Amino acid sequence: MATQPPPPRRVAALLLVLVLVLVLVLVASASASASATSADLVVTRADRRVDLTSHIVRVLTSLKVENIGPEAASQVLLAFPNVQAKNLAAIRAFGMEGKVKGPSTVLPIEVVQPSGVPPELTFFSASLSKALEKGKILHMDVLTVFTHSLQPFPEEITQAESQLVVYQDSAHYLSPYPVKVQTLSIRLPGGRVESYTKYPNTKLAESELKYGPFEDRPPFSYSPMVVHFENNNPFAVAKEVIREIEISHWGNVQITEHYNIVHGGAKLKGEFSRIDYQSRPYVRGVSSFRHLIARLPPRAHSIYYRDEIGNISTSHMWSDSKKTQLEVEPRFPLFGGWQTTFTIGYGLPLQDFVFNSDGKRFLNITFGSPVEEILIENLIVKVVLPEGSKDIDVSVPFPAKQWKEVKYSHLDTSGRPVVVLEKPDVIPEHNLYFQVHYRFNNISVLREPMMLITGFFLLFMACIVYMHTDLSISKNSPSYLAKVQWDEVQNITQQIQAIFERCLALHDKLEASLRDLSRSGDVQSCKAARKAADAQFKELAKELKPLLTSLHSSPQSYQIWPKVEDLVAKERELQEKLMARHSTVVDSFEKKLRGQDVENRIATQQQKVAALRQEVESLLEYINSSRFPVDNPEAD
Amino acid sequence: MAEPESSTAAAGAGGSRLRNAFGGVLCAFTLLLIGVLAFSIRLFSVIKYESVIHEFDPYFNYRVTQFLSKNGIYEFWNWFDDRTWYPLGRVIGGTVYPGLTLTAGTIWWLVNSLNIPLSVETVCVFTAPIFSANASWATYLLTKEAKGTGAGLMAAAILAMVPSYISRSVAGSYDNEAVAIFALIFTFYLYVKTLNTGSLFYATLNALSYFYMVCSWGGYTFIINLIPMHVLLCIVTGRYSSRLYIAYAPLVILGTLLAALVPVVGFNAVMTSEHFASFLVFIILHVVALVYYIKGLLTPRLFKVAMTLVISVGLAVCFAVVAILVALVASSPTKGWSGRSLSLLDPTYASKYIPIIASVSEHQPPTWPSYFMDINVLAFLVPAGIISCFLPLSDASSFVVLYLVTAVYFSGVMVRLMLVLAPAACILSGIALSEAFNVLTRSIKCQLAKLFDDSPAASGDSSAESSSASTSSTNSAKNENRSEKSETAPKEKPSKKNRKKDKEVAESIPAKHKKEKKLLVLPMEASVMGILLLIVLGGFYVVHCVWAAAEAYSAPSIVLTSRSREGLHVFDDFREAYAWLSHNTDVDDKVASWWDYGYQTTAMANRTVIVDNNTWNNTHIATVGTAMSSPEKAAWEIFNSLDVKYVLVVFGGLVGYPSDDINKFLWMVRIGGGVFPHIKEPDYLRDGNYRVDAQATPTMLNCLMYKLCYYRFVETDGKGFDRVRGYEIGKKHFKLTHFEEVFTTHHWMVRIYKLKPQKNRVRGKLKKLKSGSKTSSTIAAGRKKNPWQ
Repeated sequence: MATQPPPPRRVAALLLVLVLVLVLVLVASASASASATSADLVVTRADRRVDLTSHIVRVLTSLKVENIGPEAASQVLLAFPNVQAKNLAAIRAFGMEGKVKGPSTVLPIEVVQPSGVPPELTFFSASLSKALEKGKILHMDVLTVFTHSLQPFPEEITQAESQLVVYQDSAHYLSPYPVKVQTLSIRLPGGRVESYTKYPNTKLAESELKYGPFEDRPPFSYSPMVVHFENNNPFAVAKEVIREIEISHWGNVQITEHYNIVHGGAKLKGEFSRIDYQSRPYVRGVSSFRHLIARLPPRAHSIYYRDEIGNISTSHMWSDSKKTQLEVEPRFPLFGGWQTTFTIGYGLPLQDFVFNSDGKRFLNITFGSPVEEILIENLIVKVVLPEGSKDIDVSVPFPAKQWKEVKYSHLDTSGRPVVVLEKPDVIPEHNLYFQVHYRFNNISVLREPMMLITGFFLLFMACIVYMHTDLSISKNSPSYLAKVQWDEVQNITQQIQAIFERCLALHDKLEASLRDLSRSGDVQSCKAARKAADAQFKELAKELKPLLTSLHSSPQSYQIWPKVEDLVAKERELQEKLMARHSTVVDSFEKKLRGQDVENRIATQQQKVAALRQEVESLLEYINSSRFPVDNPEAD
Repeated sequence: MAEPESSTAAAGAGGSRLRNAFGGVLCAFTLLLIGVLAFSIRLFSVIKYESVIHEFDPYFNYRVTQFLSKNGIYEFWNWFDDRTWYPLGRVIGGTVYPGLTLTAGTIWWLVNSLNIPLSVETVCVFTAPIFSANASWATYLLTKEAKGTGAGLMAAAILAMVPSYISRSVAGSYDNEAVAIFALIFTFYLYVKTLNTGSLFYATLNALSYFYMVCSWGGYTFIINLIPMHVLLCIVTGRYSSRLYIAYAPLVILGTLLAALVPVVGFNAVMTSEHFASFLVFIILHVVALVYYIKGLLTPRLFKVAMTLVISVGLAVCFAVVAILVALVASSPTKGWSGRSLSLLDPTYASKYIPIIASVSEHQPPTWPSYFMDINVLAFLVPAGIISCFLPLSDASSFVVLYLVTAVYFSGVMVRLMLVLAPAACILSGIALSEAFNVLTRSIKCQLAKLFDDSPAASGDSSAESSSASTSSTNSAKNENRSEKSETAPKEKPSKKNRKKDKEVAESIPAKHKKEKKLLVLPMEASVMGILLLIVLGGFYVVHCVWAAAEAYSAPSIVLTSRSREGLHVFDDFREAYAWLSHNTDVDDKVASWWDYGYQTTAMANRTVIVDNNTWNNTHIATVGTAMSSPEKAAWEIFNSLDVKYVLVVFGGLVGYPSDDINKFLWMVRIGGGVFPHIKEPDYLRDGNYRVDAQATPTMLNCLMYKLCYYRFVETDGKGFDRVRGYEIGKKHFKLTHFEEVFTTHHWMVRIYKLKPQKNRVRGKLKKLKSGSKTSSTIAAGRKKNPWQ
């Protein structure tokens, strides 16, 4: 800070340098002027309008060029000093022949290096679509956009100060041709104008600074002018923007933009006091900016705004049918030199940006960032095409470095082709449409879902196979055999149990028939029931026999076998007793005995039957429980 | 809750298989739903706020995970972090429990190798909910081992939404506890499983699971003390078995070896007192095993002789070992215990000796309301669960009871250990509820059966003189019969696995149940009422849990919100400040703040900090505390000697954010004063009261913290009214001489100051002479002033 010279001396030094440059230029040009111009062109009128309201300087030069030489001229040269040319972000020329205004054509422009011109100048040549004949007049509009041309001065200011910048140019139009009449008007953002170079006919009115008209200037005339004025417009400079455009043929174009923004104006010096900023934000913090406005295409959806540590909650959005306007406010107000990063993402409907043309598809979308009045020092646009795209072809309306990458995302196998375009110094003027042509088969869309389906299908299949196969390593180890036998025993026991339960059910049926008998007195039906039961008992006994033998023969049944034997015996006894009772009751009914007598006769039998039944049931239960061995703590 | 086995009990043998299969599917489906519930109830924070890492420690874990995913595992083990504890640095690889980081890192790696582009942050945010689902499944397994499937499902459902666990595992709460609770329960499950089966396979798994737990959380000492306690309990109550031996011995050997592999534990696994109980019990277990073995070999008479011999020798050896251990332990100043463990054993220890442990709010003892907040109705269900664990007492259920009892004690010491209590409470409540439902539904079933059976019998003849019990039993037999016929028992040979599953499901039905069933019949009305009340109770619990998950525990604490009439107002000041630091200061600048914000500063702002939440160096923290409680010039000297360029303070006075630095300030004084005695706590208190209003002491009003917090605060409203403390501040207008404000966030919650550069010494000779004499004097006198000279 201490090394900074006081302002007036600095300006003077600057001017001195410029003058030196100028002298050099003029000396050089004097010698070169003869050979520099191939044709004898004369600029009859040059009006320059310089717009200094934002930090991007736009110069619109209207030229009237006349060919006074004998030969037809096919190109018009435009000259810029190197100091300006290195800040030149865009140059465009529109030409129109004839006196009356008609449709103008865009003139292609290229850098040329004519022989014998001073090296301090950079030349551009606008090639005419039709050579300019002798005596013809060409109307030409040249739009040049410069970045970094407003130098903050002083370079460091405090929070309360407003930002002053210096703009340098030539009061005279620098041209390789003689200029007859010329004017220069500079539009300032309003506010204070600290100083400006005064020439004879210089006028400052409102926020407009006018130089000229100057008449009959020789080629390469240069007269430096400097204007020092207040400009508090946001100097939003993005160091780098990565804009990723991802096409999904499921119906979405996803755009993700990573910004690294810095306030490119005068640096903040000293304290930042929140109390000052909050109480009078437009006075104490006038040079800072709080928010940026992004104009997104209409029907943008799923918009997010975040940075690497999470969502940023300060943003607003309005949308109508023409556009979606997003106001993003960084986490903190940006003062000079402060920087921040953030990411904006949004989705766009596919049909608005991807079209079909003779078998090929093409993406048609704007190149630059949607943020207003932002200077991007390095813009990288990545177009991520869907997996399986072929024949990729890019057409960009201006030169840009391009190469290809592959990106893997969302279950990709072969990866998505990515077209990368890189361009330095991108300004809003570069927000032009560019096209990416590619071939894409619709079937490829289904690749990933099919992959998932197959994956899950295989998983479930594997599960099923695993559940149904026996993965024991050794098929004849004793433990394995024991297990197999044990399973067998369990199976048999289960069947035996089932049979016994059916027996018990039959018993119940018999009892029921007896009850029916006592109610209706129908002896015949009771007898029929008895007969049916007898037959079924026999059948069951037959079924039981092989099971019992196989159970007996199994070595694993040693625990259960006695119980089962017991069960068989008990059940047989029960069956006999029941039959006996049944026959007694039926008998007594046939003999028409009194109910009381019948009761007496069967009372003892009844008791025995009940006791037996209880025993059979408990045995069954025991067998049921012993089917499951005792590793359960509660079972013992 | 559907309980497959209760239906199985009634079903016949043929139908039972199908029913078991059905029950198995139902059970699996219920478990799946419980997992989904556990996961989704934790997403409130993402829905209400955003997918962001919460609080303090998770930021560190997140940063470590980022490092791991970027640099790989070997770099991670060797990571020396120079962005923290400046100028000391910290060896992260050797001082961090790597379980959580490795888990999330593995998930991230797996997902990304499948080309699913999830960021590390997303994986970290959702790790905790995923592991809560795992934890509830582990709870199911553990409870099933103890009390059967029904109780298991109940416990899993309860654990899925217990507020205490939710508080530590909401999405974004990326902390060790999130995975550790799963590891804890799973280790317990494997222990109990080994105990029940005696399988070496499970014993090995148990050791591995213990290893995972050691990797994840310092709370592993709970396991390595609880399991020995249980083993001892089993031995004392005469339940020694070979299964117990298999469950314990491999765990100690393998577990200790594995634990020693974790760098942060290392030789602590054999050298600190926390682990001695396990070795002692290991010895005892072997003595007991030997005794049992000899008992089997010898006749009773001989055995008696041998017994006395073995006992005397064994005791002698034991005493010798114990004596050596005691000698070893006593030689270390903390008796071989770490500070946190000591404060567990003696709850007053920390507040007496280690203010840094005591200053953490989660190390305070809990209040009664916090029990109600964190486990809610479970507190009432737990006693019932304990009772049902004693009916009958098995190895597994005794373990559960022991777990609960110890966890209750620990939760009483530190509010943070409420987390350990939660699974125990859930398991026991699950058991209680399941048993209660079992009894009630069974009695309803019996009553219904009686109802249906009695009506035809009454209309029929009077010959049905058999007792109601036998009627009901015949009736049930009839039912079985019918069910069997209708269901056409599946005759195909079931696969081995199915059968095994059947067995598992059905093995929990004791044979006695049928008989008990006849005894334990409650009146119809009572059981219906009981069920309704239990459902209402469960409903209350669910409502409370959802409320807790949605309102109480979902806030990420770095973003605050308040509801006003205009709607939601967001206070995003912390991130504003960290973003400012990260973008507008030099990469190597050092930022000093109180240690609470250290992790966040390194993770979010990527700036070097002096102290952070890993409070490993008390002196260093005390230095910062001293600087904060010193007057400006002394503070500037301390900070300058530490290369500090920025000082960050958190101030809530403007918006009423209560946990700001002024409220934490007394701890800074205490911790600072603990090391540098010239800082005396009474200097900052007026009659024992801590205040910053006009009554405050001059020391207080002149200390750096006060000045940095209240610098130009009076200009906001003209009076300087502090909304947190609720009064006007004491000293309103003052200027800073050694610091300058460089950034204050929108709501003033974070204020960042820059140390002013040293003044140029213009008139060289004169000044130099003066300062020369000054420095010589300060060397003598300044020792107490500036700890760094």
